[in-house]
This record gives sequence, structure tokens and C-alpha cells, in this order.
Amino acid sequence: MASEAIASTAETRVGSIVNDWSDDKQTFQVPWGKAMMWIFLLSDTFIFSCFLVGYMHVRITSTIPWPNPSEVFALSFGGQPIPLILIAIMTFVLITSSGTMAMAVNFGYRRNKKATVLLMAATALLGAMFVGMQAFEWTKLIVDEGVRPWGNPMGAPQFGSAFFMITGFHGMHVSAGVIYLSIIANRVRRGDYDKKGNYETVEIAGLYWHFVDLVWVFIFAFFYLW
Amino acid sequence: MSAAEGQQHPISVYLWIWGLLFVLSGFSYMVDYLQLQGYLRWSLILLFMFLKAGFIIAIFMHMAWERMALITAILLPPIALLFLIALMAVEGEYIFTIRELIFSIVDFIPESPHH
Repeated sequence: MASEAIASTAETRVGSIVNDWSDDKQTFQVPWGKAMMWIFLLSDTFIFSCFLVGYMHVRITSTIPWPNPSEVFALSFGGQPIPLILIAIMTFVLITSSGTMAMAVNFGYRRNKKATVLLMAATALLGAMFVGMQAFEWTKLIVDEGVRPWGNPMGAPQFGSAFFMITGFHGMHVSAGVIYLSIIANRVRRGDYDKKGNYETVEIAGLYWHFVDLVWVFIFAFFYLW
Repeated sequence: MSAAEGQQHPISVYLWIWGLLFVLSGFSYMVDYLQLQGYLRWSLILLFMFLKAGFIIAIFMHMAWERMALITAILLPPIALLFLIALMAVEGEYIFTIRELIFSIVDFIPESPHH
């Protein structure tokens, strides 16, 4: 019975691609806003990939050693420096925000206005915290460590430009997301989606937010850990 | 629109994945904290990264429950990026090797990164 279900699922999955692409009206059988957001996120994936591959190339070809991120991004609390602690906290904050966003979408589909608004507000707040911590990191590097896009005292001069470009674009996306989520949360609070009949807009905003978290997963791995 | 009802799953799914993402992030952090090196470090960094990315896309972003046409339209194009990464890595290694060679022989050209 189970294998039958799996076999028919495999068939209908391939069959469904053919059906969808040969449809005479629309290919993606989802609300147009959702399809568009996915396509936008796909383009954004390529943009961030350009930055990350550029960073990879510059780091591989550098004859001057690359600064060690564990040391650069360590914080000491009156004693031993703890490597990457702020970055770990930032990761924690962003993953939590993805969690609250996923719950907001779920409550949105249950038409629970209050929970949706609160969870979206929590997501936006966590996002703002993330940007604040990133701003602190930037300030520390620029003012205390003397990191510039054209050089730094710790190693390869391209470190600064790679760091500011990648985290800058990501931070900009997070900031835009905080504003975007706040606007949608307000519309939920106002009852716009009860009137409209569905909470798809919340899910679409959620897709953007998860993408921002996703990009951070890659930045965290390739820039800070590698 | 029936698509809306299709998106509802018990909250517990999200809570479990949320917890899993914390655990994976913790592991990622431990790779650095324990100062693992070499291939072990790289393979673990990549493993945890892809696991986290996979869960975020599949569960949080709902891809696991979407139609195949959407899944393929979005997830197949980034495969082209693997080619870009491979080509740039190969070229990068070549340029690094050449630079080491030339910078060591040609002593009278100051090795300044500023041009």
C-alpha cells in the first residue's frame, strides 16, 4: 500500500511537471505573488552567489594570508577571548526569527490575527537586533581594528571589501525585511486579510524572511567559519 | 483557494525543525570552537550548512509541499552555480600558483597590493 502510494506519487510528480508546463493559462498553480517572490529569491540567490564566489576567488588568489575570522571576530568578557561569540548569537537570533515567522504564517492560515501580528512583530524585532549587532561589529572593525575596504593591519587587504560588501548587502536585506514585515503585520492588525479572505501575503513575506536567514547560513559558513 | 488549506501543518513540525536548526548551528559553532582543521573542518562546515539550508528551504519555506513544477523551476537553476564555483576555484588555484612563482623570482618589483 505504501509502495503503491510512493510509486503513484513519483509518477504524478513527473506527470504534474508536464501538466503544469503545458497548461494553457498558467504554469505555477500557486498565487501569483508567491511565484513572483520565489523567482525574485532565485535572482537574489545568484546575486549573493556572485559576491561569495568573488570572495572565494580573491581569498584563494591572495598571496598574503587571510585574517583568521576566529580571532578577528572574538570578544572577550574580562578574560579569555571567546571566538565568534557575537556571530553565534547573531545566528541564534536569526534562526529564532525564522521560527517565529514560520509560526506567524501558520497562525495566519488559522486566521488567528492576534498571534500572527505578535509573531511577525517578534520576527521584525529579532531582525532589528541582528542589524544592531552587525552595526556593532562593523563599528568595532572600522574604528578599533582599522579595517578598510582597501586594507587592514591583520592580513590580506581584500578582507575588508569582501566583508563589508557581503555583510552589508545581507544587512541591507535584513533591514528591508524588518520594514516589509512591519508593514504587513500592520495590515494584518487592521484586518485587511480577513476582508481579503486569505493570509497568503503573510506567507509571501515569510518566504523573503527565510531567504534572509538562508543567506546568513551560507555567509556564516563561508566567511566566518572557513 | 484550496492552496491555502494545503499549507496548514501542525505547529509541532516547525518547532521540531527550529530545534534541529539550533542543534546544527551549535555543531557548526563547535567546529570552530574545537579548532578542527583541514578536510574534517571543511566537510563538517559544508555538511551542517547544507543540512540547515535544506531544512529551511524544505520546511520553513514550504518547498517540500509545493508542486514539482515550482520546485524544479527554483532549485535546478542554482545547480549552474556549482559550475561557476568549480571554474573559479580552479582558476584561482592557478593564479595563486603563478603569483607565488612570479613574486618570488621578480625581486625588484615591490610586492605592493596597492596599484
